[in-house]
Amino acid sequence: MKPPAVKYQRAGGREEAIALLGEHGDDAKLLAGGQSLLPLMSFRLAQPGVLIDLNPAADLDHMGEDNGHVVIGAMTRQRTVETSRSIADNLPLLSEALRYVGHVTLRNRGTIGGSIAHADPAAEIPVVLLALDGELVVEGSSGTRVVSSQDFFIGPFTTVLEPTEILTKVRIPRSAAGTGAAILELARRNGDFAIVTAVAVIHLDQSGKCDMVRIALGGVESVPARLQDAESVLLHAELSDDAIQGAAEAASAAVDPVSDIHGSGSYRRDMTRVFVRRALTQAVDRAKGGAT
Amino acid sequence: MSDRHTVSMTINGHRYEGVCEARLTLADFIRHHCGLTGTHLGCEHGVCGACTILLDGTSVRSCLMVAVQADGATITTVEGLAEGNGKLSPLQEAFRDNHGLQCGFCTSGILITTTELLEENPDPSEAEIRERLSGNLCRCTGYQFIVDSVLDAAARLRG
Repeated sequence: MKPPAVKYQRAGGREEAIALLGEHGDDAKLLAGGQSLLPLMSFRLAQPGVLIDLNPAADLDHMGEDNGHVVIGAMTRQRTVETSRSIADNLPLLSEALRYVGHVTLRNRGTIGGSIAHADPAAEIPVVLLALDGELVVEGSSGTRVVSSQDFFIGPFTTVLEPTEILTKVRIPRSAAGTGAAILELARRNGDFAIVTAVAVIHLDQSGKCDMVRIALGGVESVPARLQDAESVLLHAELSDDAIQGAAEAASAAVDPVSDIHGSGSYRRDMTRVFVRRALTQAVDRAKGGAT
Repeated sequence: MSDRHTVSMTINGHRYEGVCEARLTLADFIRHHCGLTGTHLGCEHGVCGACTILLDGTSVRSCLMVAVQADGATITTVEGLAEGNGKLSPLQEAFRDNHGLQCGFCTSGILITTTELLEENPDPSEAEIRERLSGNLCRCTGYQFIVDSVLDAAARLRG
C-alpha cells in the first residue's frame, strides 16, 4: 500500500500548472487535495509519471462573487467552503451538501475542483453543481473555455477535460429569492460514498405553481445526471403530494442504475424513487417557507 | 528512478530534515525518518483515520500526503499533545479515566481528531462527537467510552 515511484513538481500558479501539463501531457496527474488520487496511487490503480502539485497555487484558492454568480477557485478546500458564512447565505445547498463529503479531516484537505475533476459517480459536489446549473472554467495552453455542468461529466471518472487542460474555477448562479433546495443521501455509514444522492431545487411562482425545477442524482448511474423526465412532470404544475410522487416515479423509471457490492440496480432504482420524493418534498417546503 | 527531495518540517516543536523520494508518504516520513511511531498506519488509503495529524493546525490524514508536500509545515502528532514532564493533556487524562481505549491502535488518530473538534467547539453534543468520530475506526471499544471521554474532556476544559 505504498504509492509507486513518481516525479514531483510544484505549480506556483495557474499558468505554471498549464505549462507543466504542456510539458508532461498524459504522463502527468494534477495533485489537488489528494484525498482520492493518493489512495488510487497506493492501490496502484493510478501510476502517473509526474505529480504536478497545485497546492502552492494561491491563485486557484479563492471565493467571491461575479455578476450574480458565486465563483469558487478549484483549489479552495471543501471545509473552507462548508464553513463560509457567505456560502451559507448565498448557496446554502452547497454548505449542506459538503457535510456529506467524506469526513471533516478529508474535507480539510479535499478541494472543490479536485472532486469535480475526479468525477466519481458517487461524489456529491458534481450532483450539486448540476442541480444549481453551475459552469466550469477550463484553461489550457490554447485558451479558456466555459463548460456547462451538464456537458462536463461524460463517464465514470471521466470529464471533457483534455490532458493539457486544468479546471480553474466553478461559477454557480445565485438562486432567485424564494428558491427551495434540498439534498438527501443514502449511504451505509456516515461519510461513505453515496448509494443514492438526490438533489432538488425548486422555485414557485406567485400562484404557487412550479416555474423552475432541477433534479439531479448521484451514485445511481455511472455519471451524475439531471432527471429531465421527472422535472417535466412538475414544471408549471401545482406541487401536490401526488405530483411529487409522479415525479419520483418518473425519476425511478428513467434511471439506468449500476449494481455493485453496496446495492443492486433494482435497489438503487427503488431508492431513487424514495429519495427523489423526499428531496422534492423538502425543497417544496423550503420554497414555501421562503428559506432556500 | 524517481527524483529525491530535501524536506524539513517542524514536528511537536522540533525541526526535522530528511531526503526522500517523492512517493514517500508523510506518515512514513514521520514514522521512519523522524522516529515518531505514535502516528499509526492502519489502512494506508485514508479510511481508518489512525494516521491523523495536525498540519498547520488542521487535521489531515498523513497517509494521503507525500512528505515533500509538507516541506516547511508545522505538525503536531500524538507525541506533541502532552506538555511533557509526564503530564497528559486533559483530553488524554479523560481517555484514561473513562477507559476510552483498549488496544490503543486507533487512539492517536482519535486524540488528534477530537483535539481539533474541541478547539473548534468547546461544548460539542454527543451527536457532534459521534459525527466527528465517524472518520476514525475503532475495532475494540464500540465507541461508547470514546464518546464519554470526549464529553468528559470538554467539561474539564471548560472548567
